[in-house]
This record gives sequence, C-alpha cells and structure tokens, in this order.
Amino acid sequence: MPVIEYRTALNQALEEEMLRDGKVFIMGEEVAEYNGAYKVTKGLLDKFGPERVKDTPITESGFTGLGVGAAMMGLRPVVEYMSWNFSLVAIDQIISNAAKMYYMTGGQFNVPMVMRGANGAAAQVSSQHSHNLESFYAHIPGLIVMAPATPYDAKGMLKAAIRDNNPVIFLENEFLYGMTGEVPEEEYIIPIGKGDIKREGTDVTLVAHLRQVILAQEAADILAKEGISVEIVDPRTIKPLDIDLIAESVRKTKRLVVTEEGHSFCGFGSEVATQIHDLCFDDLDHPVVRVSQNENPLPYAKNLEAESLPSVEKIVAGVRKVMYRK
Amino acid sequence: MKSIGKEEALKMLRQMLVCRRFEEACLKGYQQKHITGFCHTYIGQEAVAVGTLNHLTEEDSFVTSYRCHAQGLVRGMSAREIMAEMYGKVTGCVRGKGGSMHVFSKELNHLGGHGIVGGQIPVGTGAAFAGKYEGKKVVNITYFGDGASAQGTFHESVNLAALWDIPCIYICENNQYGMGTATKRAVANTDIQDQAAGYGIKGYEINGLDAVEVYTKMKDIIAEVRETSRPVIINMVTYRYKGHSVSDAGLYRTKDEVKSFMDQDCINRFSAQMQELGWIDEDAYKALDKEVKAEIKDAVKFAEDSPWPPLDEVATHVLA
Ligand SMILES: Cc1ncc(C[n+]2csc(CCOP(=O)(O)OP(=O)(O)O)c2C)c(N)n1
Ligand SMILES: [Mg+2]
Repeated sequence: MPVIEYRTALNQALEEEMLRDGKVFIMGEEVAEYNGAYKVTKGLLDKFGPERVKDTPITESGFTGLGVGAAMMGLRPVVEYMSWNFSLVAIDQIISNAAKMYYMTGGQFNVPMVMRGANGAAAQVSSQHSHNLESFYAHIPGLIVMAPATPYDAKGMLKAAIRDNNPVIFLENEFLYGMTGEVPEEEYIIPIGKGDIKREGTDVTLVAHLRQVILAQEAADILAKEGISVEIVDPRTIKPLDIDLIAESVRKTKRLVVTEEGHSFCGFGSEVATQIHDLCFDDLDHPVVRVSQNENPLPYAKNLEAESLPSVEKIVAGVRKVMYRK
Repeated sequence: MKSIGKEEALKMLRQMLVCRRFEEACLKGYQQKHITGFCHTYIGQEAVAVGTLNHLTEEDSFVTSYRCHAQGLVRGMSAREIMAEMYGKVTGCVRGKGGSMHVFSKELNHLGGHGIVGGQIPVGTGAAFAGKYEGKKVVNITYFGDGASAQGTFHESVNLAALWDIPCIYICENNQYGMGTATKRAVANTDIQDQAAGYGIKGYEINGLDAVEVYTKMKDIIAEVRETSRPVIINMVTYRYKGHSVSDAGLYRTKDEVKSFMDQDCINRFSAQMQELGWIDEDAYKALDKEVKAEIKDAVKFAEDSPWPPLDEVATHVLA
C-alpha cells in the first residue's frame, strides 16, 4: 500500500471528488496560485482551473456566506480556512446560516458545504492562533464535525464529507499534515459517525481525536511497560458521536480517560463523560478523567505553552489515576 | 527634507535603522531557533512607521497587525523588551505571553500587535472614539494591510467613524501583497484611498517608500484630523523585502521585482537626501549604524540572558 502524507491524502480526496462531481469547487485564501498555505490543495489549480479552485480575498465572512448561497443553489463548495482560528470571522455565516438553513426552511434548502482547515495549536503561535473549535461547532445542531487523525482517515472522511448533504466542519491539524500512513489506491469512504479503535487494550479506554491520537499512542507505549493495557478509541467524527463504540470499550475496560486539546469547561471530554455516565455508570471502576488544555488562552513562551497543553505525560498521569496508581 | 529639520531627520534616520537592524536580528534569532511561531518583519516599510508615529502626542494611540515590532520601537519601546518578547522571556513587553505578533505597551498607547487580519481596525476606531468621548483632541492611527482592507471590519469601522466623526486615521500599509496574493487579485479597486469617497471622507495616496513624503504629508493630515475629527483613509504604498513571514519562500514575485524596490530603499534614500544637505556624511552614517547595531546586540543579549516566565504565570491575567 502506498505510504503518503496526511496533506496528500486530503489532496487526493479533493481531486477525486472534483473529478467525480463538477459541482464541487474549492475556495479560500492562497488555495490556488500558492497551492495552499499548507499545500493541501497543491496542483488543483493546474488540474481544474481558476473557475473551480478560487483564491479569495481575506474575507472569511464573505466567502463563507457566498458558499452557503452557492450550496443552496446546488453547488458543493469546499471552503478552506487557512486555519480554523479565522473561521471566527465567519462564525455568523456558519452558525446562523449554514447550520440553520435546512431546518429553518422546513427542509427546502440544504447546505452541502465542507469547511476545512487546521484546528488547534501549532508551534508557539500564541493566543489568537491556537483555538480548538470542535466544542464550539459541535454545540450547534445542524452541523457535522469531523476530525481525522491519520492519512487513511483523512482521505476517506473528506470524501464522505463532500458527498454529504449537510454543512460539515472538517478539522485538520498543522502537526498532522506531514504525518505519513498507508492509504490504499482503490476508492473507499469512511462513513460519517463511525469511530475506530486505534489500539486494542484491556485495562483503560482512552478516547482521543486529531493530534491527541498521536500523543495517546506514545502514552500507551509508556503505560504498556508498566503493565497497563490501553485501548485507544478515536471517534473520528465528533458529531454525530460514535458513543456506542466508546461504551462498548468502556464496558470491557471499566475505565475511561478522554484527552482533548481544547479547554475542559463545556468541552468534548465533558460530553463523552456525561454520555458514558448515562450508558455505563454501573460498569465504571473510577470516575471518568479528562485531560485537556488549561483554562487560559494559549501563551507564546515555550515553557508556558507546554504547561498549558495536554501532553503524553498528562495522559499517562490520567491513565494512572483511573488505575489507582501513583 | 528642509522642513523636517536636521535634528528631527537624524532622529528619523536612527529610528529607521533601529527597525531594520532589529528585524534582521529577529530573522537571525529565528534561524537559531530562539524565536519560534510566526515572525513577520517590517523590512522595507520603515518609512511608514517613522513618518507617521512621530506626529503623535503622548495621548494619541495607535494599533496595528502582527507586523508590529517597528511601530513599537518608533513609539519608544526598548529593543530589549520587544526582543525579549520574541524570545518568550518574562522580561518581554507582554511577559512572554504574546510573542512576535503581540507587541503592546499601555504606557505608550500602543494597542498592539493583532493576529487576526482586520481584527485591529475596529479597536483603533474605538480608541479614537474614547478620546473624543473624554473631550480630548486626540487621534488614533489604525494600521492594516492591503489584504486586510477587504475585510468587513475595515468597512464597518470607516462607516462608524465617518458617521460619528471619530478622529481615526486609517493607514493601509499597502505592501502590494497579502501573503502570496498580489493586491490586484484581492481588492477590486487597488486605489484604496478611493474608498473614502464612499463614506464622505478624505482619502490620500502616499509614497510609503519616501520618508520625507510620508512625514510631511502626514503632518498636515494628522493635524487636520485632530482639528476636524473627521476620519481619513491613507493608501500608503510600500513594499516588504522579506517573505510574508519567515516560512514564506516568496515564489509569487520575481527577484527583479524585489530588487526594483530595494533600489528605492527608504533608508538609503533618506540618508542620501540628508547627505545632500550636508546633515550627515558617510562616516557619521556608519557610526550611527554601528551604534544602532550595538543597541540591538545588547537587546539580543538581554533577551538571551532573561529568565523564562515562571510557570504560575500561565494562569495569571485570564480575568482582570
Ligand atoms: C482573519 C484572518 N485570515 C487569515 C489570516 C492569515 N493571514 C495572516 S497575514 C495574512 C495576509 C495579510 O495581508 P495584508 O493585510 O496585506 O498584511 P501584510 O501581511 O502584507 O502586512 C493572512 C492571510 C489571519 N491571520 N487572519
Ligand atoms: Mg500586504
């Protein structure tokens, strides 16, 4: 099987879907002539031309809303935010328009639009450039929120997102773009809402998505040496959430740790914890433990940033805690 | 040049050199991995900061984008505190919390250092509003890029300022690219000063490569805004020599194009004009540059020697 980068997997998905469906077009800042700030759209301008791969001005609200209107008329826009931080400029279009349209029009107008880009912290880019927005967007009915951790998932999930008839928030991550993994040559689609066991284990269920999956793997390696067998469940889609897969794992392990890069207050981990308390209260040997970013804006200084973010060490500590170990 | 006067001109030349040498030191610090994250330099644009900020009074304020080091230096922040911020040290101007994009100084009414394109424009408008509200004759300069001029925040702000007579000076630092996008590919009318007419205010185009032109024209414009409380839009045409940020290879423009602007370098031009008037000679220029380099070297050393922020700093300043 070919081994490719995460960004290449996304690029393949875009190309294949654009070949398949002439209504799919891409727009965003630097996506065409510059080949994408993170090179996800590399070569697509050459292949599909400027009518289908469009460089926009720095006007997130404008081009997101334009995407909504185009989608209402039957096109299938794929909007790139250079990073999800900048979607905040467009959040009214995303929440008031894209998310509400189908319901508010009594099912007349749906918005088949994918919004994608890098989510979360990069290396020391400070407070305004490090937002984790999964909990923000997952809070709103009418949006699908996806967050692939591997090249394989990235490709199969982006294809599903583009084919879906709803607005999809598609979260990637700067650190993941260069990660490599096996991606088959034949076509495949990963259904929306289907999680994946990234590592089988028996003692603790560790829920992780996006970059946290990488940290979780490292933590699991360390814990294995201590005789703790960790099962990593990657929900892949944040909403709709594959809670059954998580619950099944928890019934086996009796313990759950959720790690996320975002803040804990009203965060993704809280949602998973609540749902698992509903489904598996009697199975749990320890209250659910959440690992997350501290409750402060992300600072620039290396040491402060490291102190704020979830880490392998913090995940290891979380797992030890549910195992009642020091 | 004559109207500027020798003393002021010498100050301006020094300020431009400080900005340039500071940014060069940042690039070096970045290569050496002391500086991380984003780093956007001002090299090529120095005449803009120097030709504008020198007209502000202590009570005036200003705000800008992430390309914010030079404005801080010209306003009178020390190279030490900005360099220490670049290094993420507790002695930095925002205690290591902000980094390259977030230079602020409350003492000097430097309202930042903003990372979201166009995000600072309403903020500058609000600062000008506050001055008027308090009955003071103060102005705010709001700097933003050509790319940012397409954002809704710019148009919303200018409308508010025109509607409410807010003394805000909107300076579009038109360095002809927003990242890899040439202005003409992002802005329908690249004569950004023309936008003013739509809001019933005055607009000006100024050659931002010429410190004398910037300084002399802005002197009158700022005085008028202070007097009339009517906002203005300035299309300050300039050029950045380096990549958008350190990670940008700059493949969207030719070497010849960059060179053609470096040939019009604002510092060289200004010092040549001073030399013509006999205000400085080659030796004195070299001595000045040497002095500036020593100041920057000291700032780098200060940054290197400064301590990291203590870990409990992480939880401070979340709420006031
Ligand atoms: C809202 C938003 N969108 C995108 C970005 C990414 N970005 C940072 S700088 C930049 C280009 C801005 O160009 P311009 O306004 O001309 O300013 P310059 O960098 O040339 O000074 C872009 C697209 C951002 N920081 N904020
Ligand atoms: Mg620009």
